[in-house]
Amino acid sequence: MLQPGLNHILFISTALFFIGVYGFFTRRNLVTILMSVELVLNSVNLNFIAFNKYVWAGKLDGLFFTIFVIAIAAAEAAVAIAIIINLYRSHHSIDVNKAEEMKF
Amino acid sequence: MLNENYLLLIPLLPLAGFVLLGLFGKKYLKNASGMIGTLLLLASALLALYVAYGYFFEFGKVDRVYQKMIGFQFTWLQFNNGVSIDMGALVDPISVMMLVVITFVSLMVHIYSLGYMKGEERFATYYSFLGLFTFSMLGLVMSSNIFQIYIFWELVGISSFLLIGFYYEKPSAVAACKKAFIVTRFADLGFLIGILILSFYSGTLDFNTLIQRLTSPDSAQFQNAITSSFLGISALTWGMVLVFMGGAGKSAMLPFHIWLPDAMEGPTPVSALIHAATMVVAGVYLIARLFPVFALSAPDALHLVAYVGAITAFFAAVIACTQTDIKRVLAFSTISQIGYMMFALGVAKYGSEAALGYTASMFHLFTHAMFKALLFLGAGSVIHFIHSNEMKDMGGLRKYLPVTHITFLIACLAISGIPPFSGFFSKEEILLAASQNNQFIFWIGLITSGLTAFYMFRLYFSIFWNKATPSLPDKSHGEGGFVMNLPLILLAIGAALAGFIPFGNFVSASGKPVEPGFHWQFSFLPVLLALTGILIAMRMYKKENLLPDKIASSFGGFYKAAYHKFYFDELYLFITKKIIFNLIGKPATWFDRNIVNGLVNATGNTTATVSAKIKGIQSGKVQQYGLYFLVATIAMAVLFIYWWK
Repeated sequence: MLQPGLNHILFISTALFFIGVYGFFTRRNLVTILMSVELVLNSVNLNFIAFNKYVWAGKLDGLFFTIFVIAIAAAEAAVAIAIIINLYRSHHSIDVNKAEEMKF
Repeated sequence: MLNENYLLLIPLLPLAGFVLLGLFGKKYLKNASGMIGTLLLLASALLALYVAYGYFFEFGKVDRVYQKMIGFQFTWLQFNNGVSIDMGALVDPISVMMLVVITFVSLMVHIYSLGYMKGEERFATYYSFLGLFTFSMLGLVMSSNIFQIYIFWELVGISSFLLIGFYYEKPSAVAACKKAFIVTRFADLGFLIGILILSFYSGTLDFNTLIQRLTSPDSAQFQNAITSSFLGISALTWGMVLVFMGGAGKSAMLPFHIWLPDAMEGPTPVSALIHAATMVVAGVYLIARLFPVFALSAPDALHLVAYVGAITAFFAAVIACTQTDIKRVLAFSTISQIGYMMFALGVAKYGSEAALGYTASMFHLFTHAMFKALLFLGAGSVIHFIHSNEMKDMGGLRKYLPVTHITFLIACLAISGIPPFSGFFSKEEILLAASQNNQFIFWIGLITSGLTAFYMFRLYFSIFWNKATPSLPDKSHGEGGFVMNLPLILLAIGAALAGFIPFGNFVSASGKPVEPGFHWQFSFLPVLLALTGILIAMRMYKKENLLPDKIASSFGGFYKAAYHKFYFDELYLFITKKIIFNLIGKPATWFDRNIVNGLVNATGNTTATVSAKIKGIQSGKVQQYGLYFLVATIAMAVLFIYWWK
């Protein structure tokens, strides 16, 4: 049975990162954009864990970092959802293109 | 002894009036402002009389010579090596005489204006301006420093500007005040350069030191000033000529006379005070103040003064014969009389021999202030009564205006030089001084005195005789009350009797008494000429007839030229509009519009264009910002990884 190596995991995390970036740039719905950002964060988490396991096995730094990132992502989601709700209240929409008043 | 507190109070009381009425007059003191101004000036006039009495009879004379005294002096701005601008009071015969003249005439005008300006919307402003003018003029005559005189010189200029433009709703008044200001400013440029030249060579700004250094032939400053030359004329002469240019501007000498007739747009009492009795003689006063330098060190400049004065006197008298606006006749008569004072100074010499001209000039200044102020105030009464300046609207007014009639007649006799009125004595002295020195100027002066008598009596007969007594619609509106008659009467007394003052005992260039040297044979010719002038005027204007028109048409083109003031205004307009505007103004405007403005606009336009092009970057779209961020991050990553080794 073939054990997955570091390269496989890095490949998945890179794919996940760019899926997230792609979603961030193409989606118009703010909730979806938020989800895309979560994908980007999680791809980073994967990297942390993979490097921790394959490069510095026996250490816990990468794991702790992942936990921090999850905590921050949760906080960020809370803030972002609050913003989205407020945006919906004022614009009756969560389309990101409709919230473009702050321009030249 | 001289009490400096009194001396300081003389100019400061009118200044206090200016500040008080200027700040609070319009709101709180509206009707009282005239009384406040008048009372302050009364106090000032009494102090001036007190100082004059003390100076002339008690402490002024030391060893039978009137001394130049310094009342007070403090240094205001100190430059290097002894050059400083001081504020001080110089007390000598002419400044004391001027103090009396200014405060007296100004007081008369203040009283007169109580009636003349009654009901005026800006009554308080008017009195505050009068206070400012009186303060500046008193400061001017007391100046102990040539730069101080320049400061007050400009102050009288600005108060004259304010008062000419007092009726600022009238476009003609606005034009007149601008004209007066610009013309005198232009002449003052010469004065300033003259001051700089004189102070550069003498190393001082103080009058006494300056005169002393520039008149003693063995002083280094004098040698330096007389040997350095420009265009073949010594620096000292240049300085004095330029100073005279300033004086000519203020005193309306040729060719700077054009502002004075237009200045008659101001209220008539103002014309009496500023444009007849006091401010316009400031130029004469300035020459008199620097007279020792003129006479001893720059005789060429003094010749210029004499010729300019004589020609102006004659020229203005000719124009005065043709004008129909009574105030303009008086304005040209003022120019002519100031011309007399100028050439009297010009023919005088310093020292014992031929020193009469200086005294005569100051004497004429004194008597002229009396009778010319009286003439203007009388004209004011007439204008007040008839609401017009034009001679053709007048005639036969002697029944309605008895006081004005008599006082005006006295003033006319005085200015024509009929004995025993004051103008006779001063004019005789001037003519005598001229005949001793320069025959050409003497004859010009003589002819001018005949012309003077003619045009003054033309004015007198046109106003008070000529037509049959007109029946006026509103007979209740009589002569202007006590406050307007009192100054007329007081000035008439002055105009009638001032000639008997033994002026030569008090005022002379060196301080020593001067003998007037009258002899009746000499006076015969001028008086005869004056009487002839009066008789011709009487024949032409006492009854309404066609003779004036006939004579006017027989002179033809000359009459027309004189009526148009010899086209001086047109000439100036031609020079300014056609030559200066086209050759200097337009290129300067082009440079300003295209080069200076162009540079500024180019900067602005470039910024605007560039920002208009790149403002799309700030679109407000979050995802676009994200894209910039991503691209920039990748670019930086590439940069740091591959190039930034």
